[in-house]
Amino acid sequence: MSIGLTLLGLLEGGSRHGYDLKRAYDDRFGQNRSLAYGQVYSTLSRLLRDGLVAVDGVESGEGPERKRYSITPEGVEALERWLSTSEKPVADLHNTLFTKVVLAVLSGRDAHQVLDAQRRAHMDVMRDLTRRKSKADPTAQLVHDFSLFHLEADLRWLELAVSRLEQLTKEIAP
Amino acid sequence: MTLDASPDHREDAEPVLAGSDLHLSFGPTPALRGASLSVGAGETVAVTGSSGSGKSTLLHCLAGILMPESGQVRYGDHDITALPDKQRSALRRTDFGFVFQFGQLVPELTVDENVALPLRLAGVGHKEARRRAAHWMERLEVTGIADHRPGEISGGQGQRTAVARALVADPVVVFADEPTGALDSLAGEQVMTLLSDVAEESTTAVVLVTHEPRVAAYADREVVIRDGSTQREQEPVR
Repeated sequence: MSIGLTLLGLLEGGSRHGYDLKRAYDDRFGQNRSLAYGQVYSTLSRLLRDGLVAVDGVESGEGPERKRYSITPEGVEALERWLSTSEKPVADLHNTLFTKVVLAVLSGRDAHQVLDAQRRAHMDVMRDLTRRKSKADPTAQLVHDFSLFHLEADLRWLELAVSRLEQLTKEIAP
Repeated sequence: MTLDASPDHREDAEPVLAGSDLHLSFGPTPALRGASLSVGAGETVAVTGSSGSGKSTLLHCLAGILMPESGQVRYGDHDITALPDKQRSALRRTDFGFVFQFGQLVPELTVDENVALPLRLAGVGHKEARRRAAHWMERLEVTGIADHRPGEISGGQGQRTAVARALVADPVVVFADEPTGALDSLAGEQVMTLLSDVAEESTTAVVLVTHEPRVAAYADREVVIRDGSTQREQEPVR
């Protein structure tokens, strides 16, 4: 996920200081990992360099100067372009699992064990998410739904892989 | 033999229902080849597997609807497989509740009459049956459609009515066979949330057959069935 574009999305509602932006990001999107201050300011510098944000004003007080950032028309355009473009599906987990299954078959190990162990791990996470979802507010429910559907897709692949094991073994380790 | 996917499986708890080493064939086709499953009070167990793996056949054997060729189904002090038809039917009426994929509500009856039906069949008086049905209709959020017939309600409302009917006689075990199979994601979520909440609040055991991992995730643990056999928990990969 692009942090820069997400920050642009948060700035569209009004100008903010870097600290406020970090708070807003963590509240909305920081379920798994909050944003580091350094990351916020380096991202804002990049957005500033690219003309996607502008400095609205500088407040000086006892501490360091506080810059207020706002989104530029170019920033709005970049944000709209990102929001209207679908994401390329990523498949790094299945690559790892595929490698493990093939290695298990090639080495004469029981590939069912690899797949069953992964299934248990997936189901553990899905049960936990389902429990958390039942107590969550609608925003968090949507986040959990997203994770659950993706984990389910992995599980469907695991099931199909089990069905194909015999065929796979014949082909690569006859 | 179970592939037990839960860390909190209550191994020590006395199961209320336990099928062991069940075998059954339909003609030359083996449907169950050594399937075992137990469920404890207040526990929900999901039976998962691909189409034709034997999961619904296992449910039907556990519920005494089908008779296995070998193996046992212990329920309390009974071996269900040794009971005559009449006693098994009585057991299903008094101790078990059922939810099927398409609700199987009686089309001529209204929602409240459908929910009250198990009680009426068990000889409970009309007034008392309606009172108890009203409680479960409220719990399953179908009170507003009490006087509708099944043809006039949505799939989700129909399944919630079927869950209310399954629970109305305070069953010891509820068997749910693909209860969300005909529903969209949100309606399925409502049915599963209510069913799992009720099971958690009571001592009702639930045997849930599903091919959907998201539905199985509502259960306390999962038993996977492949080619008619339930899978033993595997040793860690070397």
